[in-house]
Formats: sequence, C-alpha cells, structure tokens
Amino acid sequence: MSATATTVRARRRPPNETVGSPLLLGHGRLPRVLAGTALAVLAALWLLPFLWAIATSLQSEQDVATPGLSPIKGAFTTQAYEQILERGNVPVWAFNSFLIAGLVTLITVVVSTLAAYGFSRGTFRGRRALLAVTVAAILIPPQLLVVPLFEQMLLFNMVDTYAAVILPQVVAPMMVFILKRFFDGIPRELEEAARIDGASEFRVFLSIVLPLSRPIVSAVAIFVFIGAWNNFMWPFIVTNDPDLMTLPVGLATVKDAYGVQYAQSMASALLAALPLIVVFLLFQRRIVNSVATTGLGGS
Amino acid sequence: MTTTAPLGAEAQTGPDASPTDGGRRAGRRIRMNSGTGLVFVLPFLLVFGLFLVWPVVQGLWMSFTDSSLSLRETSFVGFDNYAEALGDPDVWSSLGNTVFFTAISSVPLVLIALAMALLVHSGLAGQWAWRLAFFAPYLLPVTVVTLIWTWLYQPDLGLANQFLDTFGVGPVGWLSDEAVAMWSIAGLTVWWTVGFNFLLYLAALQSLPSTYDEAAALDGAGAWRRLWSITLPQLGRTTALVAMLQILASLKVFDQIYILTKGGPNGSTRPILEYVYDVGFTGYRLGYASAISYLFFAVVIVVSLVQLRLFRQED
Repeated sequence: MSATATTVRARRRPPNETVGSPLLLGHGRLPRVLAGTALAVLAALWLLPFLWAIATSLQSEQDVATPGLSPIKGAFTTQAYEQILERGNVPVWAFNSFLIAGLVTLITVVVSTLAAYGFSRGTFRGRRALLAVTVAAILIPPQLLVVPLFEQMLLFNMVDTYAAVILPQVVAPMMVFILKRFFDGIPRELEEAARIDGASEFRVFLSIVLPLSRPIVSAVAIFVFIGAWNNFMWPFIVTNDPDLMTLPVGLATVKDAYGVQYAQSMASALLAALPLIVVFLLFQRRIVNSVATTGLGGS
Repeated sequence: MTTTAPLGAEAQTGPDASPTDGGRRAGRRIRMNSGTGLVFVLPFLLVFGLFLVWPVVQGLWMSFTDSSLSLRETSFVGFDNYAEALGDPDVWSSLGNTVFFTAISSVPLVLIALAMALLVHSGLAGQWAWRLAFFAPYLLPVTVVTLIWTWLYQPDLGLANQFLDTFGVGPVGWLSDEAVAMWSIAGLTVWWTVGFNFLLYLAALQSLPSTYDEAAALDGAGAWRRLWSITLPQLGRTTALVAMLQILASLKVFDQIYILTKGGPNGSTRPILEYVYDVGFTGYRLGYASAISYLFFAVVIVVSLVQLRLFRQED
C-alpha cells in the first residue's frame, strides 16, 4: 500500500509545480520585477481586509470608533474575543456547524461513493437512465428547491431539527458523477481476482476500490465539508431556534444587534473563519489538486 | 476517458456496452451481479428521490396552485401564477438586477483569476503563500465575508471612505447609494470567490505541455509574444469552462446581497432569488414564488444551452 501511495503522490505533483514555468518570464530582469510587483500588490489587496479585521478585533470599541486610517488606534486588547466567548452563542453555533457539516460530509461521502460504485460496475436495468437523471440534476439550482423543501419539512414536522438541516444537503449528484468517473478509470483486474476468490461485492468495494480512491474521496469530502460549513440559505430558512443555528446563520441574526460594535463583530468573523483556514492549511495540496483533477469543487 | 482495451475487445462489445464498460471484455467476464449494483445505488436513490425529485415535482405542482404558508386550503389556478409573474414589474426589475450583477461580476472574476494564475505560475518564489492569499477568502462563510465588508464599507469609519478622505474625496455611500451599491457587492464578490477560478486556471497552466513554449523561446519569441500566441490560446477551453461556471454562479446570487442590503436601497440590488424568497417567506405566497423560480430556472437552462452552443463552435 505504501508503494502505491508514493507513486500516486509523485504523479500528482507536477514537476514544475513549485517553480512554475520560468520560461514565461524569460531571463530578463525587468519582467521578473514587474510580475513580482503585480503579484505583491494583488496579494496585499486580497489580504488587506483580513489584516484590517484582525487589527480591529484587537482594539477596544472606543478606539475603533476614533476616526483615522491606521487600524491600530489604541492599545491591543482581547476584550472583544472575551465578550463573544462569554455570551456563549458563538461556541454553540461553532459546535452546530461542526456537527452539521461533519454529518453532512459523512453521509454524503458514504452514499455517493456507494452509488458511484454501483453506477460504475453495476449492470442492473435502468442504470443508464438513472445516471442520466442524476447528471441532469446537476443543473438544478439548489435555490429552486428551497420553497418546496420547506413545505416538505413542514409536512414531516422537521422544521427546527438537525435532521432538517442535514438531510436535504446530502444529495450531491455532482460528487456521484465525479466519483463514478474516477472509479471507471480503475482497472478491473484486481477486483476480478478478488471475485474469483469469492470476495463479496461489498468487500471488493471496501478493500480494493476504496483504498485506491483515497485522494478523490478525500477531495470530495473536503469540498462537501466546505460547502456545508458555508451553506447559508437552507439552514437560515429551516432554523429559528438560536440553539440550532450554524455559525453563518447565527452571525447573520446578531449582525444587526451589535452592528455598531465593530471590534466584536470582527472578532466573531475571525473566530468563524479560523476552522476553515486551518482545514485549508492542513489539506492545501489536496484541495488544489482536487480542483485540478475534477475541475469542480463547489456543490 | 478511453480505456485501453485488449485486441478483439471491440468485436465482443455488445450494443449495451458503453466505452467505459469496455476493457475486460476479451477474457472471461467476472462482473457484479445485476442486483448487487442496484443495492449500492439504492441509498443514493432514496435521498435523491426524497430531497431532490420530490421537491422539484412538488414545486412544479405548487406553481400551478395558490399554495401559501397559511393553513388555508389550496386550489389549482392553472397558469395564473405564470401570467402574473410575466406582468409583474418586480420580477423584471429583479431579473434585470441579477443580469446586471452577473455582467459586472463575471468579467473581473474571470480576468483577475487569469492574471493571478499567470503571475503565480510565472516561477516567482512563494507559490504556497500566494495561493493562500488568493484562495483564503473563498473558504469564508458568507456571513463572515459580509461582516468584514460591512466594516470596510462603513460610511464614517470604514477603510474605504477613510482612504478616499485622505485624497479629499467622498464620502461614498457604498451600500446606501443606489448607483453604487451593486458595484460594491460585485467588488466584495470578486474578492470572496475569485480564488476558485484562480485555482482552475492554475491547474490548467500546470498541465499545459511546455514544448510549444520552449520551441517558441528557442526561436527567439519574447515573453509577451509567447503569452499572447501560445499560453493564452492554450487556455481557451479552460476560459470557456470558467466563464460558464461563473455566469451560472453569478445568476444565482442571493446570500451576500440579502445579508448586506436586503435588496435595498430602493430595490436597486434585489436579485430574482431574493424576490422569490420575499414572495414565498415574507409574503407567504408559495405558489407564486414557485412559479417565479421555475421561470428563472428556464432562463438558467436557456443561458446554459446558449453557452454550450457558443463554446462548442469555438472548439
């Protein structure tokens, strides 16, 4: 297994990835300086809102309210963070976000990999028609479903439950499609050998196909997690109980309440951003590669 | 995706075989029992049927009724909702806002992403840091993005106006001026989501064969020349993909606008999906909201088909 892992990793890292293409700039000095400057200006512009938010979150509310272009107007203080954590809502919402995004990811990955394997290897009647319907469903904007889904949740008596937030999010036709295409590319010899040895289909899937698909499965998992963590519209519509809200929804409901307290709102924004930045730092290569291999990440 | 089939495999491929099924046909076929495959697909079909097909059908049915959130009985009204929607000035103005937003956000979202990817790919040190800088905002939940930008756009103390003030310009009502608000939202959206397009371009650049570039360099073509004549043309297909995904994504704008301006000032930033939300959940007219969603879906389908056509011709 370790041998396979190494080859896979080696193949997934193009030789020029870290150095880029030096040819693009030629060997002159001027193009390098120009490109470097442009890159630095763009990166500074993209980081500026973060830096401004961090600086603001570390000030007292009084200092924030003093005019001035410099974001640092007074002594640094963690007061804003303390106030937020004391109020207790943000930790509850963060817990909900983790629970909901985690369960959505788990269920979606299990359901989608099974389905993709069934679509890839199965020979059952209607397989092609079902696959065609699944692929066509990719085009449907999720927002189209919000009104009837809400009616459905009323009917099931599930409004304001975790199940109502989680279940409608586990349908991911795009992920099934991406996984199926990957499974299609896996050579069948190994499976056939296992089948001759009398392994059950589930066993073949679990111990042969799945280990070979680890990179794509984890890429799918990461993108489903990011999507679920950031999902706003559906959780916003189906939850009213503050104890059930996710971070994005919770923060939106209190935004108006402490809209003038910018230190606190920046602190809560940064607290909510932190987990995903950590996820990105941990899985950076995998995220970048998954966009490269699948071409698609968002739901 | 072509599988490398052994000789003679083609001859044995039955009418039922798709190219992806091929490959192992020449020898003995040891395949899954037909029932087993269905068992694997079953859990997906269950959630797919319950939470996708059902609401799609239910929504379509609702669009022909006067269904509402109140407990009143609903009745079939035929095409009344659709006729009303076509004559509703709010439908047209919110559709216009959506199209305007799509126009002013998609162009920079494609061009800036391309510029970022070309710069990062050009071989300067610090790949990792540049990638994080450009992609990080994409990871943020919408509320976090809007919290940060509400602060940047704040009329008196916000960075944007204080910066303009040092030049003696302003203040600008970033979110309160009808002529400016949609541009402010587009600016936020570019900052927030350009990282995804950037990664698509970066991946495409990394998989380009370097042979043409090298040959041109040997022939003495300069950096600009090679960028225009070799690299950019090779990115044509990627640009088609990025543009298509971006236009579809921009058409569906809702979250950031709803949180930032609630569609204001004066309805000037209200997109069609917010109008659907307003009609359905604030006005309680679910049937009418469904009809508007389905009309909008028809627009999305038409746009997708037109794009597919255009890009196919370019190929």
